[in-house]
Amino acid sequence: MISLAGRDILHGWGKFVLTGVGLGLLIGVTLSMAGVYRGMVDDAQALLDNSHADLWVVQKDTLGPYAEPSSLPEDSERPIQAMRGVAQAAGVTYLTMQIAQGDKDVRVMVVGTEMGEPGMPGQPTHLIAGRQIVRGHYEAVADVKSGFALGDRVKVRRNFYTVVGLTSRMVSSGGDPMLFLSLKDAQAAQFQKDSDAIVRQRARTEANPQLNPPGNPAVAAAVNAVQSGNTNVNAVLVTITPDADPDLVADAIRRWQRLTVYTRAEMEEILVQKLIANSARQIAMFLVILSIVSAAIVAFIIYTMTIGKIREIAVLKLIGTRNRTISWMILQQALGLGLIGFVVGKIAASLWAPFFPKYVLLLPADSIRGFFAVMLICTLASVLAIQAALKVDPAEAIGG
Amino acid sequence: MADGITLENVVKTYGNGDTAVHALRGVNMSVAKGEVVGLIGPSGSGKSTLLKCLGAVIEPTSGKMTIGDQCIYDNGWKVRDLRALRRDLIGFIFQAPYLIPFLDVTDNVALLPMLAGKPNAVARKMARDLLDALDVGHRAAAMPSQLSGGEQQRVAIARALINRPPVILADEPTAPLDGQRALAVVALLNDMAQQFDTAIIIVTHDEKIIPTFKRLYNIREGLTVEEIPQGIASPAPAVALFEGDTARDKV
Repeated sequence: MISLAGRDILHGWGKFVLTGVGLGLLIGVTLSMAGVYRGMVDDAQALLDNSHADLWVVQKDTLGPYAEPSSLPEDSERPIQAMRGVAQAAGVTYLTMQIAQGDKDVRVMVVGTEMGEPGMPGQPTHLIAGRQIVRGHYEAVADVKSGFALGDRVKVRRNFYTVVGLTSRMVSSGGDPMLFLSLKDAQAAQFQKDSDAIVRQRARTEANPQLNPPGNPAVAAAVNAVQSGNTNVNAVLVTITPDADPDLVADAIRRWQRLTVYTRAEMEEILVQKLIANSARQIAMFLVILSIVSAAIVAFIIYTMTIGKIREIAVLKLIGTRNRTISWMILQQALGLGLIGFVVGKIAASLWAPFFPKYVLLLPADSIRGFFAVMLICTLASVLAIQAALKVDPAEAIGG
Repeated sequence: MADGITLENVVKTYGNGDTAVHALRGVNMSVAKGEVVGLIGPSGSGKSTLLKCLGAVIEPTSGKMTIGDQCIYDNGWKVRDLRALRRDLIGFIFQAPYLIPFLDVTDNVALLPMLAGKPNAVARKMARDLLDALDVGHRAAAMPSQLSGGEQQRVAIARALINRPPVILADEPTAPLDGQRALAVVALLNDMAQQFDTAIIIVTHDEKIIPTFKRLYNIREGLTVEEIPQGIASPAPAVALFEGDTARDKV
């Protein structure tokens, strides 16, 4: 049987393809929105993967360290380290801040980690150039996304750090590249006060007879020393021994250390379900709206194409063409338009994805789902045109 | 000659009660295979309704219609699949050719047998043979937009003939043509009627071609069809026929 749809498309292929390209760009935007959401989830998972932790120990009753501020003493790790089932424990600090990179600013997550071997909790992985931090101060490892290169000098607060290593895909849940410093440097960056604040603090201490008892200047000196530094961390990352159950270890830490502990699954839920939930809903709304707009456009195009062929459809019906043949012709055209649109959209989304400021992850499974969604939308969109075609009276082909 | 199409007391009423419109009030007509007859009448006389009934596009309210040997309507009973009936038993030629613009000439003609289930190659061979017979075989690969008006009308005629229907309905086929071309088309239809043993009914307002018909049916305000005997029709009274009852008196 002859393909009426195919012939019609070939007859006006330029117009059809251009229409498909227009639709494709819209589908490309839709796929990109889905890719943005996947990128956010992937960023969150990358953050957890790159932490090399099985458990996150944070300040009691907080959702820290990524979703809420959390602060706990640096030495919390020691009793945790001694608990059964714990393989390694390390304190980390996280601070998202804006730093200068050349003549522009870049938003980074400054991560403070204890000196240690690669693979220890909190240590930078995916090193693509340079080395790990081996000196206690003024060295940094930066993610390539930050734009820094080996040997660059990075200013964080008052100090400069030399970039000695570069990583890839080490990002925060928000997609900001990480900048690793030693724990001491990161604590200083996070908690160190500026000089004026320190001067005022010292003045207040000296004016307080309880903190500066007459005849005992060592007390004030000790108080000032305590106040000028901070040895807190935001979380203690814990790895467990192969034979240990993460839930049981987490329960033990909660019970005996009176801290809040999250397992990998719980932390993933916090990041995906809570931290990016609003963004996800926002993107979902965009997806729904874009799908509706796409459907409306396909419906309008197919309807217009059909209305433009009313006389031919009347003739076809008069000479005995079955309704299903005419419906199939319209449906095939709608599906053809969807196919062109999807191919163009997929190519467009792949081409422009790297230019997005946030990570856009285009999953093959999403593309397959997107393809079927486009086909479904095109099928539904053709209903209006099919209805119009079926209402055509074959008598319209006859004058009078 | 065998009957191509026969109508017996065909009535068509639109609506009912006080608002009923009696478009056809008992039409009787018969056209034999191989015969070409004209159907004329003033506007509003029921000509279009009759054409739609003949074309199995609408059902009569009552009466009996037969195409070839097949009864297609008999006082409420009708053939179930009117589409297949139109496809297999009736050919249509329109005022304008109305060729499908996205099919080439061959496929425009071959479409009907393809729709009827014939293999594409067979249908295309039939179409090319018919196009050759109508002297447009050399344009078989052209698109309709590349044809002249006369060529398009010949292709439309070929499309109407392709399934060898017992009856062809031609709705003002010469309206867009000048005198010579109009007469040529009627002559062609006469030839085709003979060659393919098909009854052809030509609905027309075209004064130039009316004298060429051996038989004419005049549908009048009275909503009946009256056969004008062979030899009566001539250009002068035929023109008057369009003027209604007064014209009828002149005939």
